[in-house]
Amino acid sequence: MKSLSQCAAERILIIDGAMGTMIQRYKLEEADYRGERFKDYHMDVKGNNDLLNLTQPHIIEAIHKEYLEAGADIIETNTFSSTTIAMADYDMQSIAYELNVAAASIAKKAAKEYTEKNPDKPRFVAGAIGPLNKTLSLSPDVNNPGFRSVSFDEVVTAYYEQIKGLHEGGVDILLIETIFDTLNSKAAIFAIKKYFSDIDQPELPVMISGTITDASGRTLSGQTLEAFYISVMHVKPFSVGLNCALGGEQMRPYIAELSQIAACNVSCYPNAGLPNAFGEYDETPDHTAHIIEDFAREGYVNIVGGCCGTTPDHIRHIAEHVKTMPPRPVPLQVEELA
Amino acid sequence: MIHTDKRSILTTTATQMSETITSADTLQAPETKVIKPYLRLSGLEPLVVRPETNFINIGERTNVTGSKKFARLIREGLYEEALSVARQQVENGAQVLDVNMDDALLDGEKAMTTFLNLLAAEPDISKIPVMIDSSKFSIIEAGLKCLQGKCIVNSISLKEGEAKFIEQAKICKAFGAAVVVMAFDEYGQADTEEKKVSFCHRSYKILTEKVGFDPQDIIFDPNIFAIATGIEEHNNYAVDFINATRRIKELMPLTSVSGGVSNISFSFRGNDVVREAMHSVFLFYAIKAGMNMGIVNAGMLQIYDEIEPELRELCNDAILNRREDATERLIAFAETVKSKGKVIEKDETWRHGSVEERLSHALVNGITDHIEADTEEARQKYPRPLDVIEGPLMDGMNIVGDLFGSGKMFLPQVVKSARVMKKSVAVLTPYIEEEKQRMVELNGGVVKSAGKILLATVKGDVHDIGKNIVGVVLGCNGYDIIDMGVMVPAEKILQTARQEQVDIIGLSGLITPSLDEMVNVAREMKRQHFEVPLIIGGATTSRTHTAVKIAPEYEHGVIHVLDASRSVTVTSSLLNKALKKTFLDDVKIEYQKLNENFRNKKPVKQYLPIAEARQHKAITNWSNYQPVVPKQLGVHVFKNYDLGEIAEFIDWQPFFISWELHGKFPQILTDEIVGKEASRLFEDAKAMLKRIVEEKWLTANGVIGLFPANRSADDTISVLSPKPGEGPVHLECLRQQIKKAPGQPNLSLADFIAPAEAGIQDYMGAFAVTTGGDIEKWLEKFKADHDDYSSIMLKALADRLVEAFAELMHKRVRLEFWGYAATEQLDNDALIREEYSGIRPAPGYPACPEHTEKYKLFDMLDATENTGIILTESLAMYPASSVSGWYFAHPEAKYFGLGKIEKDQVEDYAARKGWSIEEAEKWLRPVLEYDM
Repeated sequence: MKSLSQCAAERILIIDGAMGTMIQRYKLEEADYRGERFKDYHMDVKGNNDLLNLTQPHIIEAIHKEYLEAGADIIETNTFSSTTIAMADYDMQSIAYELNVAAASIAKKAAKEYTEKNPDKPRFVAGAIGPLNKTLSLSPDVNNPGFRSVSFDEVVTAYYEQIKGLHEGGVDILLIETIFDTLNSKAAIFAIKKYFSDIDQPELPVMISGTITDASGRTLSGQTLEAFYISVMHVKPFSVGLNCALGGEQMRPYIAELSQIAACNVSCYPNAGLPNAFGEYDETPDHTAHIIEDFAREGYVNIVGGCCGTTPDHIRHIAEHVKTMPPRPVPLQVEELA
Repeated sequence: MIHTDKRSILTTTATQMSETITSADTLQAPETKVIKPYLRLSGLEPLVVRPETNFINIGERTNVTGSKKFARLIREGLYEEALSVARQQVENGAQVLDVNMDDALLDGEKAMTTFLNLLAAEPDISKIPVMIDSSKFSIIEAGLKCLQGKCIVNSISLKEGEAKFIEQAKICKAFGAAVVVMAFDEYGQADTEEKKVSFCHRSYKILTEKVGFDPQDIIFDPNIFAIATGIEEHNNYAVDFINATRRIKELMPLTSVSGGVSNISFSFRGNDVVREAMHSVFLFYAIKAGMNMGIVNAGMLQIYDEIEPELRELCNDAILNRREDATERLIAFAETVKSKGKVIEKDETWRHGSVEERLSHALVNGITDHIEADTEEARQKYPRPLDVIEGPLMDGMNIVGDLFGSGKMFLPQVVKSARVMKKSVAVLTPYIEEEKQRMVELNGGVVKSAGKILLATVKGDVHDIGKNIVGVVLGCNGYDIIDMGVMVPAEKILQTARQEQVDIIGLSGLITPSLDEMVNVAREMKRQHFEVPLIIGGATTSRTHTAVKIAPEYEHGVIHVLDASRSVTVTSSLLNKALKKTFLDDVKIEYQKLNENFRNKKPVKQYLPIAEARQHKAITNWSNYQPVVPKQLGVHVFKNYDLGEIAEFIDWQPFFISWELHGKFPQILTDEIVGKEASRLFEDAKAMLKRIVEEKWLTANGVIGLFPANRSADDTISVLSPKPGEGPVHLECLRQQIKKAPGQPNLSLADFIAPAEAGIQDYMGAFAVTTGGDIEKWLEKFKADHDDYSSIMLKALADRLVEAFAELMHKRVRLEFWGYAATEQLDNDALIREEYSGIRPAPGYPACPEHTEKYKLFDMLDATENTGIILTESLAMYPASSVSGWYFAHPEAKYFGLGKIEKDQVEDYAARKGWSIEEAEKWLRPVLEYDM
């Protein structure tokens, strides 16, 4: 069977779309989130989408399958917030590890089923590592800009546990995504290096996906795109790219820039446009697909998909539109200055 | 590469920046790009070190071992000032900032952490990469944990053996840092050329082969030692360094060479003229040999060509060790030079501006250095301390808001600006307090705090930067802020609000589900009988959403605030007893209108093809409809209509709005704050109205027409021309295309007229009225008298009169000329509330936004001839006090907004109008769903 790198060299790979948008369609209520296991839990858990890995695994699996059916080569585990730090909002720190193992297993099972159906198109599972709700480079207190609500070591510890869970659950890739504070992602990278060094195994491929938040063209923590890329280069990523915050149209200049400077694959999975006044994404699948197709035609991208507001329909359209397009040639890294 | 022009030492920043913009390391080959192994560093911005890159200056003053001032600031915890030392380095051209906290009296780890965290909030400093400088590795690690960018560790070495070296290098690598490697081995520092090269090479092999370091991430420091010390062995130190550098770069071309330049002149401490000259001469040769970065005080570099020739020659002798007496000669010369403290050049030109300009500059650039003095100066200039806040400071903050909004400033800068603001306000606060106190003594009574405001980011959302800025800005304006932080559940917000008896609750959120949570909070506030106003802010919030979804849930005031600068006006209106009611009424009216407009659209912008939209007509069943035959078909002209009769139909509320007095009529006349002014205005208005009526200042002319009509196509109404010999006039209507809920119609005015195929003869009407006749001569008279008040008053009254005229005519049409509502009994208030049956939409307004239909209207009525109203080429009516429109009588006819339409309808409309698509798009531009 072809490896991830072989697949990426041959064609543009498709990564799946939004998980949250799909979960919303199920209109789950508090009781559904709690399931049997947490039925007497001491606080509300509705909205804790990662908890569904334990309480409604069939729903998560069904969503994965919808995306696989739509043509996704890479599906993301439902673990955006599965860290002790993020789970603290629900007082569920203790199940963070378990969530990762469960989520990875669900995704892996679905991916395996589809790989077996068509071994020529192997499917891969990316363990999703989210940005956390606490940030290492910004102070939450404007009067005390030197203050930090969390320490680097705490973040490393939280990510380490998540990475361990994802790895043991069987993911093929680690995906650090929606990075708005580069220092948080550096802590995740540090944890990855430490974990694989501790278990003395080769590191899994790492995908890096940052978030440019607005027209300033910078991350929330203030870095320009190139500065961001330079800051995470040391993980020797399998890919670097952008997701969330912007729609494809707004992402264009940044993806173009990244395609020029990245020494690895370039990924791009934007939101379905910008939210309207109601916070809803209404860019249609064919519209998103046209934008992505243009990126492919320009030779900007190696991996494409969707973020907030995208659906299997979006992914299907994207996959269809880039099917015949060659992937961006990865630049040659030379060892001489001249 | 070769550094021939010393001038460029000081101009590298600009060059560097332009280089990094075009950092695509491409070859000519179109297909595969090539990425070169450059040293790449980053702060908020990238720094790519290429062969052609000029010498990189590393700022050295943020070093407790090298700067007494900096050491004192850190020891005393004066971090704010310590940061200005760093800023000065950047302003002087430093491209990397060396930070060193090695002081026995300091907790080095803590000092490093504190300083770097503070630095992160200073984008004008943190834009450049940091070099963490320490001989204690634990301090280096503490620093590594604070930096988001790719930094440099200074330094590691073989001093403590290979194992330690590898361990430390691995940690640096895990953080992605580049490293400075000192030319040490287990036995000591390399002093000769030979040792320097061999120690460096050994370190290199270990790093690249055992640790897996990228060669370009290695920077060697082959030790710069002091020369001209009087000790003979020291004389060749500069030559050794320069030669070693050359060999290191030949042997390991991807690496960089750096060093602490000021060491070279250590024996001339206190004599900056000589020191600066020595530095420049040393660098002249070292850079040629391949040294590409160095720790220098960027402000302490003499331009090579500008060194006094004699001194330059002496320095050359000493650096290159080419005369035995070089040291003595340099010392002798040094004694003749009167060491003068050089003024540090810093762009301080902004200090020459007016105090307002200086405050604005400080706010926009986040500079706190002079803010206290400037604020004090402004305080003395302005009559009241509060004026400084409301004037120059808010002006500055508005600029910040605009720059941020347009992407020209980014978040940390804004937060910093807020801090400058706060500092400035702190200066003013005692004076404000004092003034308050004085007022109390003068007037008696107690002074309450300006108000208590609770701020919270709603449950499920962690974004709070905008909210914090609002908090700061409001705090600056004297409000007590209770900031509950992020992810705050509704219950907790309301509990705190009750306990603290807050005056306003402010909710913030950035992610989209927060919008629902805000609705939830509003609902809870209603359920729990809150009465304080609710303020909504945050990136995904919008005025529309607030008006449509949140405001209807809570009746005691819901206001969307666009940005922090606007939050002040909003809160001050809300907390001013006198203004609050008017303000809230105003907001309510505005939001109701927004809500109505919005309800006529659909939240999710899904559009139906026009053919499908036409399937959803408003009225589908015509079988039981019996149109009332107008009692007086045809055109009726009214010249010189009785102004007194018209005046009885005036809706006064908009009159006050036109004078920027906002409130409901007649309550506004007794309003606590504007009541007096409103009453006076009303008296004046009535007096003038009386004269208008009695002395016939204005001429009121009107024309109405009632005609047989049927819908001849989906969106076309055929009106039987009143003019003999002419065929029917085809009125072309537009239809809502937004996808609606099942069962809801896609409205078109054509829907309200029976289709021809129903076999029913239907009717419609048209009207044009004006009260602007003769107004010009009065306006001219007032102008000649310089009486603006009367001029505006007359225009405002004429506007009211023509609206009243339209209302009056409509009533007469319903009651007598058409007579379909002969039994209607509505008073003026009910008319204003549009409680009558039938509608009178005007071309150019929401239901029929395409203006050119007005031509047909005017034609049918001979309106220009009959009333004197002229249509301008853009279809405006002159005189301005004119109104025209259609009459529809169907009981289900109602006002609506068209919303946006799609291209298919535009094409269809163009065909119907006999227009090109371009022509149609020109007239329909405001309602086009798509971009042209």
